[in-house]
Amino acid sequence: MSIDTVGNAKETPVAQQPFKELGLKPDEYARIKEILGRRPTSSELAMYSVMWSEHCSYKSSKVHLRQFGEKAPHSDALLVGIGENAGVVDIGHGWAVTFKVESHNHPSYVEPYQGAATGVGGIVRDIISMGARPVAVMDPLRFGDPLNPDTRRVLTGVVSGIGGYGNCLGLPNIGGEIVFDPSYQGNPLVNALCVGTMKHEDIHLAAASGVGNSVILYGARTGGDGIGGVSVLASETFDADGPAKRPSVQVGDPFMEKLLIECTLEVLHAGLVEGIQDLGGAGISCATSELASNGEGGMHVWLDRVLLRDHTLSPEEILMSESQERMCAVVLPNKVEEFMAVCKKWDVEAVVIGEVNASGRLTVDWHGEQIVDVPPRSVAHDGPVYDRPFARPVWLDARQSDTPTAERLARPTTASEIRDTLLRMVAAPNLAAKTWVTSQYDRYVRGNTVLAQPEDSGMIRVDEETGLGVAVSTDCNARFAALDPYRGAQLAFAESYRNVAVTGAVPLAVTNCLNFGSPEDPAVMWQFEQAVTGLADACLEMGTPVTGGNVSFYNQTGEVAIHPTPVVGVLGVIDDVARRTPMAWQEDGELIYLLGETTDELAGSEWAHEVHAHLGGLPPVLDLTKERTLAEILVAGSRDGMFSAAHDVSDGGVIQTLVEMAIRSNIGARLWVPEDLDPFVFMWSESATRAVVVVPRSEEMRFSAMCEARNFAATRIGVVDSQIGSEYGLSGQALRLENIYGSEVSVTISDLSQASEKTLPALFG
Amino acid sequence: MTARVGVVTFPGSLDDHDAARAVTLAGADAVSLWHGDANLHNVDAIVLPGGFSYGDYLRCGAIARFAPVMEKVIEAAHAGMPVLGICNGFQILCESHLLPGALTRNDHLHFICRDQKLKIENNSSAWTRDYELGQEIVVPLKNGEGGFVADDYTLDQLEAEGRVIARYLDLNPNGSRRDIAGITNVAGNVVGLMPHPEHAVEDLTGPTTDGLGFFTSVLTTLLAGQAVSV
Repeated sequence: MSIDTVGNAKETPVAQQPFKELGLKPDEYARIKEILGRRPTSSELAMYSVMWSEHCSYKSSKVHLRQFGEKAPHSDALLVGIGENAGVVDIGHGWAVTFKVESHNHPSYVEPYQGAATGVGGIVRDIISMGARPVAVMDPLRFGDPLNPDTRRVLTGVVSGIGGYGNCLGLPNIGGEIVFDPSYQGNPLVNALCVGTMKHEDIHLAAASGVGNSVILYGARTGGDGIGGVSVLASETFDADGPAKRPSVQVGDPFMEKLLIECTLEVLHAGLVEGIQDLGGAGISCATSELASNGEGGMHVWLDRVLLRDHTLSPEEILMSESQERMCAVVLPNKVEEFMAVCKKWDVEAVVIGEVNASGRLTVDWHGEQIVDVPPRSVAHDGPVYDRPFARPVWLDARQSDTPTAERLARPTTASEIRDTLLRMVAAPNLAAKTWVTSQYDRYVRGNTVLAQPEDSGMIRVDEETGLGVAVSTDCNARFAALDPYRGAQLAFAESYRNVAVTGAVPLAVTNCLNFGSPEDPAVMWQFEQAVTGLADACLEMGTPVTGGNVSFYNQTGEVAIHPTPVVGVLGVIDDVARRTPMAWQEDGELIYLLGETTDELAGSEWAHEVHAHLGGLPPVLDLTKERTLAEILVAGSRDGMFSAAHDVSDGGVIQTLVEMAIRSNIGARLWVPEDLDPFVFMWSESATRAVVVVPRSEEMRFSAMCEARNFAATRIGVVDSQIGSEYGLSGQALRLENIYGSEVSVTISDLSQASEKTLPALFG
Repeated sequence: MTARVGVVTFPGSLDDHDAARAVTLAGADAVSLWHGDANLHNVDAIVLPGGFSYGDYLRCGAIARFAPVMEKVIEAAHAGMPVLGICNGFQILCESHLLPGALTRNDHLHFICRDQKLKIENNSSAWTRDYELGQEIVVPLKNGEGGFVADDYTLDQLEAEGRVIARYLDLNPNGSRRDIAGITNVAGNVVGLMPHPEHAVEDLTGPTTDGLGFFTSVLTTLLAGQAVSV
C-alpha cells in the first residue's frame, strides 16, 4: 500500500480526496487546505474529519453551550470547570469529586450490548483521566414503546451490556432512569454517568507540557474496531454500496479497563505523570492533538510504534481507531522506566509513541516518512463553529393549547374508578418497579453504597472516617421539554436538585447530557437553544454551576426527532451519610406531610401519557425561589433529625410517591385528600416543587415552625398505621385513602407491590 | 497478638477492599496478598474475595487457580489453615479441588444482585462457629455464575457429612442444586460461599450486619487454636 506523505501532498496538490464520504463539507475541506497551505495527506484528512465531527467538535452546539460558562454562578466549590474531561468539585476535608454524564445512543441501537458496555467504559476513563478513583455509575436510559418487539432487543441488550461491563469493573450502579416513549423507538438513549473521588492534590489535567517529555500509549492494543467512515481511506477501491469493512461499534473488555483503572491510579499517585488523556472518540488523533494543544504546542509521534491487534491496519486507521481501554500519558524521561514497571505489574502493555517538543506542530511519522504536519489547535480546538438557524416550530402553538382539561380527557370520578386507575398507574411501565433491571447490576461492591435505586438519589460514602458523602441524581421528563423546552429543562434540573436535597445532601454542581434530533432542523435547534438557556438560567439562579456535559444530536429517524431530552445530573454533598433521609417510613404514628402546593397540572403527566396517550398543554409552573426554599427545608430537616423519611413528588404525582414509600417500608398508612382539592388532581397532578416528608410526632412542632418561618406550604395528609389493614378486614399491610368523592379506597401493599413488580419481567423477562 | 487475615488480590478482584474492611471490623489485621506473591506473609487465615479474576475468561476461577499465590494457599489449606472463598473465591476453590463441585451459569441466565435469606446448617466450620445452627441470616448475593452443581453421590456425601454450611431460603436465586449456598471441606477449615457476607457488616451500607459472623468465627477458631473438624 502506498503511503500518502506530506511530501507527496505537496507534489500532488489536486489529488481527489474522499472528504465528503468522511463527513466533511466542501467549505470545511477548503478550510483545511487553507490552514495547511496545501491539500491534507490522507492521514491528516482522517484526523480533521473525526475531530471536526459534531461528536468531537460540538460545532453546532458551541455557540449556545457558552452560556453555561457565561452564566455560571460563582462557586467556591468549583476546582476545575467546563472544558476538561470532567469538572471537579470541592466537597471539603481535602476531598474533591468529579462527575460527568455522556451519551452512547447510536452505537447502543446498532449493537445494544457493546454499545452500552463501551458507553460505561468511556465515561469511566474520563473520570480516571482527572486523577479520580471511579466510585459509582448511573444510567439514564430511554427506550421506545415497551410493547414493540424491537424494544425488547434493545433494552435487554443494553441492560446486559451495562451490567456485564460495570459489574466486572467493580463499580456500584446506584441509580439512573428507565423511561419508555414511542419517540425513542428508533433512537434509544443510553446515557452513562460516573462519579469519581480524589484528594485535591491528585487532580490531573490533559496537557502535554515540558519539552522532551515522553508520550506513552498504554492499555489495550489498537485494533480495527470503531473506525467507521475512516475505512474509506484505507480502501483501495471504495465501493459505497459494499458491506462495511469493519464493525464501527467498539468492543469492550472490562477486565482490561479494571487493570487500566488500577494501573492509572498507581502511576498518578506515584507522581509519574505530567499530563494524561483517555482515548475515546477519535482515538489517537484526539488524544495527541488535545494533549499538544493544551500543552506547549508541539508533539512528535512515531505511529509505527503503536502496538496493534491487527498488523494490516493502515496509518489512517490507526489514527482513527476507537479501540477501547487505552490511555495516553505524558511522562518525564527519567520516570519512564518507573512508569513502565507499574504497567508491567498490572500486565498492561505500554509503549513510548511520541515526545513533546517546542515546534508548535503535531507531526506524525510512519516508518521514517512524515504523514502528518499540522498545528494541533486547528485539529483539537479551532474546528468549525456553526450558528445554525433556529425557529420556534409552527406546530407548538397547537400542542400547547391542547390542555388536558377534564372535558378533553376523561378522569376518574368515583372511588371505584380511582382504585382502578391507581392499580393501572402503579403498573405502568414508566412507574413500575425497575427491580428486574437494577437486580442485574451490582450495587454493593466497594461497600460504600448508602442509597441506591429505588431511592431518590444514589448516595456514596466518600470518607469512611468522617462519613462525608455525595448524592447524585439524574432526571428529565422529556414530555415537559416537548411542550416547552425552556421550562422542561428547568423542570428536569429542579427535579434532580430536589432528589438530591430530599436525601439530606446540599446540591453543589450540575452535569448534563443533551439529547436532541438533527441540528440541521431549525425546530430542533430552537428546542436545543431554549433548553440550554433554560438550564443555564436555572443554574445561575440556584447557584449551582454546570461542570461539564455532553451533547448528542441526530437522534432522529427521517423527519421525526425524539422528544428533546436534556438529562440533568445534580451532585450534592452530605457531611455525614449516617444522617441521610431514606424513602421508607419507619413506624406507627409518624405523620405524613406534603410539602408544596398542588394545582390542576396534568399536561405532560404520566397519567395523560399512560391512560390517554396524550401530550399537550403547558408543563407545570416552576418557581425556582420556592424550589430553593423546599431544598433548604429538606436539608435542614435531615440535619436536625426531623424526618424519618422523605420522597420526591414527580412522575405519577403524590399517590405514586406514597405508594413507593409504602412498598419500600411495607408498613401501612391512613391517608386523606385535603378538603380543598379534587381527589384525582391531588393524586396525579405533577405540580413541581413538592415532596412528601414523614415526621415523628415529637418533631411536629419544630417542623411546622420551620415551614411557617419560611412561608412554605405543609399539609398533613396521613399517618403511618400498621393496623389499618386488619382494622378494615384486609390481609396484611394496607393503604387506606379517605375523602375520595365521599368514599374511601383501601388496597393492600402486597397488591400494589405485585402490580408494580410484575410489569417489567412480563415485558422483558 | 492480633490475628492476621490475608486477602488475596488477583487482577480483576473486586471485593478485596470490602473483605479487608470486614476483617478489620471483626477485629483482625487485614493483610493484602498479591496474586504473584510467592509466600503468604505469615497470615493465619486467608480470604479469596469476589470479582472476576483474570476477567474470568476461559471459565470462572480457572486461571486464578494457577496463580503463584495459589500454590501456597493450597498447601496451607491442606495443612489446616482457614480459607474462605466468596463468590469468585468459591469458584477458585472448586477449580483448585479444595472443594468439590462447580459453579455454573445462573439457571435464568442473568446476573443477579439481591438481598438473600440463608439458613446456616453447619456451625462447626472455621468460618461459621459464631452462628447458631439453623440461624437465618440475610446477606447480599451477586453473581452471574453461581449455580452450584455436583453429582448426586457428592451431594449425598456433602449432606451426610454435614458439609453444607448454608442453604438459600425462600428463593433459589441461581438454580443451585439442593439450594446449596456454601460448603466446607472434610476438615472444616476451607469454606466456599456464593453470597457476600463482607457486604453485610455495617448497618449503613448493608441490608444487615449478619455477615460479620463469618469473620468473627475465624477469630474464634484461631483463638481457640484447636484443630477444626466437622
